Amino acid sequence: MSESVRVEVNYDDLIPNNVNLSSDRRLLKALEEWHPGYIDWWKDMGPEGWNDKEVYLRTAVGVDPKGWAVFDHVKMPDYRWGVLLAPKVEGRTIPFGKHKGEPVWEEVPAEYRSMLRRLIVIQGDTEPASVEQQRHLGATAPSLYDMRNLFQVNVEEGRHLWAMVYLLVKYFGKDGREEAKMMLERRSGNDDKPRILGAFNEETPDWLSFFMFTYFTDRDGKMQLESLAQSGFDPLSRTTRFMLTEEAHHMFVGESGVQRVLERTCDAMNEAGISDPYDIEAIRALGVIDLPTIQKKLNFHMSVTHDLFGAELSTNAAAAFEAGLKGRFKEEKLEDDHQLYNETYPVMQVVDGQLVEKDENAIAAINSRLLDDYITDAKGGIKRWNKAIAKLGIDFELKAPHKAFNRKIGQFSDINVTPEGEVVDADTFTANLENYMPSEADLVFINGLMKPCYERGQYAGWIKEPKVGINSQPGDFEYVRLA
Amino acid sequence: MTALRQHLIDPEVCIRCNTCEENCPIEGAIEHNEDNYVVNADLCNYCMSCISPCPTGAIDSWRVVENAYSLDDQYSWDELPEQIEIQDSGAEDGSEASESEATDILEIAHAGNGIVPAPATSSKPRINLWTREKPARATVTGNYRITEEGTESDIHHIVLDFGAQSFPVLEGQSIGIIPPGTDAKGKPHQVRLYSIASPRDGERPGYNNLALTVKRVTFEADGATQEGLGSGYMCNLKKNDEVMVTGPFGSTFLMPNDPDANLIMICTGTGAAPFRGMTERRRRLGGHGKGKMLLFFGARSPSELPYFGPLQKLPKSLLDQELVFSRISNIDDSNKEYVQHRMAKRAEDLAALLNDENTHIYVCGLKGMEQGVEETFNSLCADRGLDWPQLRQQLRNDGRYHIETY
Repeated sequence: MSESVRVEVNYDDLIPNNVNLSSDRRLLKALEEWHPGYIDWWKDMGPEGWNDKEVYLRTAVGVDPKGWAVFDHVKMPDYRWGVLLAPKVEGRTIPFGKHKGEPVWEEVPAEYRSMLRRLIVIQGDTEPASVEQQRHLGATAPSLYDMRNLFQVNVEEGRHLWAMVYLLVKYFGKDGREEAKMMLERRSGNDDKPRILGAFNEETPDWLSFFMFTYFTDRDGKMQLESLAQSGFDPLSRTTRFMLTEEAHHMFVGESGVQRVLERTCDAMNEAGISDPYDIEAIRALGVIDLPTIQKKLNFHMSVTHDLFGAELSTNAAAAFEAGLKGRFKEEKLEDDHQLYNETYPVMQVVDGQLVEKDENAIAAINSRLLDDYITDAKGGIKRWNKAIAKLGIDFELKAPHKAFNRKIGQFSDINVTPEGEVVDADTFTANLENYMPSEADLVFINGLMKPCYERGQYAGWIKEPKVGINSQPGDFEYVRLA
Repeated sequence: MTALRQHLIDPEVCIRCNTCEENCPIEGAIEHNEDNYVVNADLCNYCMSCISPCPTGAIDSWRVVENAYSLDDQYSWDELPEQIEIQDSGAEDGSEASESEATDILEIAHAGNGIVPAPATSSKPRINLWTREKPARATVTGNYRITEEGTESDIHHIVLDFGAQSFPVLEGQSIGIIPPGTDAKGKPHQVRLYSIASPRDGERPGYNNLALTVKRVTFEADGATQEGLGSGYMCNLKKNDEVMVTGPFGSTFLMPNDPDANLIMICTGTGAAPFRGMTERRRRLGGHGKGKMLLFFGARSPSELPYFGPLQKLPKSLLDQELVFSRISNIDDSNKEYVQHRMAKRAEDLAALLNDENTHIYVCGLKGMEQGVEETFNSLCADRGLDWPQLRQQLRNDGRYHIETY
């Protein structure tokens, strides 16, 4: 028998949850105190100007496969942000590190308290940051469908903040409450109180950036969540496992968004009889984004995201692995001893100004491995984009930039490497910068295309309509009610 | 013809996020390589656990096939293959001229209707109690042809008894049948899904049995008329034969328990099976409650309409019936009547029911009928100032609009 047991979510409480919040008065009180601040933050920093519109959003009514995607029109401030954990796996043991095989922790082990708190704070801080970065995009949405997808991403990032705040408040006492408060005080791009990680202080100025961000940068989030889902601290594992199901939607928005931009460009080229993808001026005159510019956008977003994985060789990451707090991508599928004391991992490094791979202690190289897994994962979508381009008969291939390109953190931060992986001197790099990443003029051009298209079933001229609607809705479905 | 409605993943829409594989309760039913995610037709039991979590809709892809696409086939795809033409000797163009492959391929999917929950007051269904690895063994206690001899449609009413095995079902659910033997490649045959045609307390009240409505499918191949493997097996069953059964399946196409709920039931051919179960359920409950039942049922002629005789005996107070025939000899071809035409004639009554928040709509039959039904609802709503797309969304959200077509 495989009938799943439905874990119902309690919607009677102010904060929907499946963790029996009402039985823990202190925790409930702390979260209820945090709640108004969160709503204020959403109204201040959430999607600008859209809080009174009804948006077709999915909300979880249960964490089992059948219960967590219920769709309806709701106003975003009324979205039921809740605390939802994946079902507990009975008898689960710590899957890696020096405590491997011991029962998982239900409480924070005292010796790892600060390390664990730091991990949760860093993850949590990215969630509201992206909402802040994307808050102006509704004004230039290429369709109601895309606007709805943006807002779905936003409310779910908001829920992910809730998920991390729940852990902080429940398990870290006064410190945790303090950190939770700070989450609402930092602001993306703010000089005084910036978000913790660099990429989350970058602007998301246009929709192509948004799609690239959800494809490349949210994918870092996915990799981090995958690693935390392995955690020996079971509440963190269960929280992140449920977040991953939502994160998949963000990957979808990014991958399909970029693909639709590519397809529209190729269609427009074919309609106009242009076969040379580098005939940029003629292609731009069609009101679509030329493929070389899309490549430059890709170079920027992917390389900035590489930095999010931190230093390739990291004692912090090694400590978190050894402690059993943060594992590897798909740890359960890896066939080794999951302790890695005698293992090595090849890490690309700079030796005498050249890029060489050297075997390093596998524990020290945890970040490097996660970055490599990320690159493999991200290349999958690039391959599918290239299939779409080829199918439309245009001779052009997108490529992932070399992992040493445009790095500010880690092994490669002091050298200049082209997207193809060639080490060059600083002058050459600077002189070619506009060939590697979007120039001011490129951004001005893209920005000029960003005109809203709010008619049901209509799409801006630079993006193709999606192949299927959300929740199988028909093409002219009113994803956002503007009236 | 042996038709199977195969569950597939659209490689052009899929983003390889692994959510389906993660949520699949059957080890190995969904797998992937570095290119594609694929569904193993031998293992998938149509539990639908993967459908709702999929962020892209790629998972909700189906093809009616004679032979299931293999894993290698699926791994090689850049896009889904076109739906192949399924040959059928009796088929014609038109939404209900053919009710041929019908029950062979019936299953719980609701393609094109989005994710619709069960009605608010339906009973909780039990699903997947019996599997290919551990099927229930039912005994045939009856097998009767219910269309007139000499007509093209050879439709059977088959009763299966489960003896001491627990096989709890609800009206609207389906069961799987495993035809004995192996295919040309030596692999076991695919499971065939059939809608249950009897109510929850048994074909005979208090018995641990259920009924199916199965049409014998024939097709032309190699210059000869051949018989569908699944439906042929079923229609040829003899009393006391043993049948391997999986399921039950289906957790949304269910009837409300509220006796005041109205049911609009629209079907062709063997699509009538679930409605027979629902009607009989209401009849046995004694017809108290204010709920109306309105049935639109299409077939070629009275002699080819399953359960034509028994239907005649039901009072209008229980079941308001509109039997629609597309091929009666005194009607020439240009005048063929299909269910949507009759629905248009009952537009007033339908509109009144649509305005009632206690109304549930069910459509079951050939996929081709969906469009006609949609258009009819759309135009009858438009004529009365109702917004059908919005209303339909409300109905879907409430679990009051269910489609099961093949």
